[in-house]
Amino acid sequence: MEELDQQLAELLTPNRKDRRHLVSLLQEVQRKFGYITKEAMLAIADFLETPGSTVYGIATFYNQFRFTPLGKHPVTVCMGTACHLAGGRLVLEAMARELDIEVGGIASDHEFSLDRVACVGCCALAPVVIIGDSVYPRMTPPKVEEVLVCIRPVSLDESEKQ
Amino acid sequence: MTFEEVQKQAKSDWDSLYHGEVPHILIGTATCGRAAGALAVVEAFNKELARRSAQATVTEVGCIGLCSLEPLVIIVKPDSFTVCYNSVTPQMVPTLVEGYILGDDPCLELALGTVEGGEGEAVYIPELPRFEHEHRLLLRNCGYIGPGNISHYIASGGYGSLAKALKMEPTAIIGEIKRSGLRGRGGAGFPTGTKWELCRNAPGQTKYVICNADEGDPGAFMDRVVLESDPQQVIEGMVIAGYAVSAREGFVYIRAEYPLAIERLKVALEQAENLGLLGDNILGSGFDFHIEIAQGAGAFVSGAETALMMAIEGRRSMPRPRPPFPVESGLWGKPTLINNVKTYACVPLILGHGGGWFASIGTEGSKGTALFALAGKTVNTGLAEVAMGTTLHELIFDIGGGIRGEKQFKAVQIGGPSGGCLPESMLQTPVDFDSLREAGAIMGSGGVIAMDEDNCMVDAAKFFLDFIQSESCGKCSTCRLGTKQMLDMLEDITAGKGKIEDIDLLVELGEDIKDGSLCGLGKTAPNPALTTIRYFRDEYEAHIVEKRCPARVCKELTAYYILPEKCERGCEHCVLACPVEAIGNTEKGIKVIDQTKCTKCGSCELVCPPEYNAVVRLSPVSSVPSPEVKKPKKRHKKGTK
Ligand SMILES: Cc1cc2nc3c(=O)[nH]c(=O)nc-3n(C[C@H](O)[C@H](O)[C@H](O)COP(=O)(O)O)c2cc1C
Ligand code: FES
Repeated sequence: MEELDQQLAELLTPNRKDRRHLVSLLQEVQRKFGYITKEAMLAIADFLETPGSTVYGIATFYNQFRFTPLGKHPVTVCMGTACHLAGGRLVLEAMARELDIEVGGIASDHEFSLDRVACVGCCALAPVVIIGDSVYPRMTPPKVEEVLVCIRPVSLDESEKQ
Repeated sequence: MTFEEVQKQAKSDWDSLYHGEVPHILIGTATCGRAAGALAVVEAFNKELARRSAQATVTEVGCIGLCSLEPLVIIVKPDSFTVCYNSVTPQMVPTLVEGYILGDDPCLELALGTVEGGEGEAVYIPELPRFEHEHRLLLRNCGYIGPGNISHYIASGGYGSLAKALKMEPTAIIGEIKRSGLRGRGGAGFPTGTKWELCRNAPGQTKYVICNADEGDPGAFMDRVVLESDPQQVIEGMVIAGYAVSAREGFVYIRAEYPLAIERLKVALEQAENLGLLGDNILGSGFDFHIEIAQGAGAFVSGAETALMMAIEGRRSMPRPRPPFPVESGLWGKPTLINNVKTYACVPLILGHGGGWFASIGTEGSKGTALFALAGKTVNTGLAEVAMGTTLHELIFDIGGGIRGEKQFKAVQIGGPSGGCLPESMLQTPVDFDSLREAGAIMGSGGVIAMDEDNCMVDAAKFFLDFIQSESCGKCSTCRLGTKQMLDMLEDITAGKGKIEDIDLLVELGEDIKDGSLCGLGKTAPNPALTTIRYFRDEYEAHIVEKRCPARVCKELTAYYILPEKCERGCEHCVLACPVEAIGNTEKGIKVIDQTKCTKCGSCELVCPPEYNAVVRLSPVSSVPSPEVKKPKKRHKKGTK
């Protein structure tokens, strides 16, 4: 907790003490912690001297902000026009099924989280899925499984331990 | 260094890169290239060159617009021809290094073709049919210069227009822009020169310049490519704009979903500043101009100018009524010039070649070129830049190469969620602001998505309304509630619960939403539904009356079925792929789908080997023959890899 406050304090520098930095502060909090906590919102509100409800209002208005943590491998399925027409919905459903989490959710072991996005600008390679920093082009439901197999923590370590 | 010296240095660096001693390898690493594995190719080249102690320079470049052929590699060799390779994999790299870097074999069997100096049978790329129709202005450098190296841009003539502009009267610059006939590329097509003049004449000391790089249309990526491949042209255009309207501060509002574009823009801004092309006292003229990046936070409505300014101010991006227009009262109440990425990118060209030159390209009412992002079912997908007035037919069939596979073209969606779907009969429509509006679509952002017989028009309309409905900021009730109502009706129709009166009701409601909404989002939201009803009413009727989805897309109206005569029996692909164990065997070993268990995930259709092609989709659901099903086979546990 203290470490968290410390990191937050690093962001809240005097030169950003202006309402116009509200969105970018929230963005940085999200980048650092993976999601926006109530504490962070209250700290920003204090810092900018605005009501907490204003910060909450902004954070919930924009799609980018999330209030639950991201998985170690955040999965984002594109549901933009090109991806939708190329079968993106089936890919999203397959992803949800394979990971056994809902859109917007996170797996109980925090390995994966699942989100959707409206276009990442790779429409020519639709449908696309983004996992971490990698873009996976031309996905299909059977490919979902293949891709996940390569990312999932290998149970090798366990067998080695034995 | 003076600017002339910088130019000279850049030119000589460029010459030694292109006409020097060692080969020059260009690798496209824009987002599309990366998605296809370009970074691994860069790494493979670096490793292989080191391993073989081969001399060559490697430059990461942007996108030349052939996104479906990525990763693309171009090898420029002194005293030999320049060759372009497509779909390059790290495994191909040793062959290329051995063949063309160390040896003299251009490996034409791996190449897409030659770019300069052809040989015998090799395809000469500039003579490919698509380039007959393309007219590359904004894309001229994309894929050939390093976006991370400002000297490439300068060597190709960059910042010459800024140097020229700073010696001109601001009103003369505006005059030149007016003469060019340039209209805003952000969608609405407002005359740019007029906008600049209004902003210049607006009273006030402090003014702002904003570049709209929100590109919210889910299916458009031109602004991304321009920023990732040649960001300096946008910066140069903004600085000229700042000088012309007498603003000292600029913002680029860019969507957070474009991390690479943001990164490359940051680098570009830094480099421009280091050379004195941005910042204080630009090129010794006494003019100061600074540019800041503001990142979007994922709201489509933020792209609308009045909403965008709210977002920069750190507030909810909700549009407000105009007037006052941003040029009178914009960011923090100050006069603000807001233009799209491509609009700014046109500016250096216009000042360099003259407004008259620009006005000679295009049609009567729309000058210059249009940049389109081609996606969907065409053979070639990627970017295309054509003169305004090119027909949709040329765009889709000559540049896009027509529809993939043996499929039939059905419709083209143009203009994104604010645009419309046009049928084959409208393909002779020229692409320019006015003709498209007449046809019921809009130029919009420039996303062009071709659809074939496998795409359902009602589903497409539902998709856009779903998007708009969740992106509506909620300010106007017609938009907030009306789009929800339309969506509900479309959902009913695609689920086979629609009533025939719904079609006319949708039209009526759509017209009301257009009239009753404040901003462009609401005013155009019904377009996809209205145009699909206008041109594809029969599909709506099939859904409602026959409970049939002609494209067999709508889940509730479609069933998967295995054709017994085609099923190979011995093969278990579908059984293994089915996530819900819905596929069993008949006495004869033919696979059968248990319709009560099937979740319509589509896996069986995808895995059924193409030589059998036994899995089909049928609509209406009642058309599925019902055979005897033996008990479903136990699903095999899949082995881990
Ligand atoms: C809902 C909505 C979304 C918009 N999105 C964008 C966008 O992503 N990019 C853009 O340049 N203009 C967008 N616009 C248009 C802008 O409001 C504005 O007209 C444009 O940025 C002006 O630039 P231009 O004159 O260069 O076209 C949008 C408008 C609306 C109503
Ligand atoms: S629609 Fe998915 S990347 Fe554009």
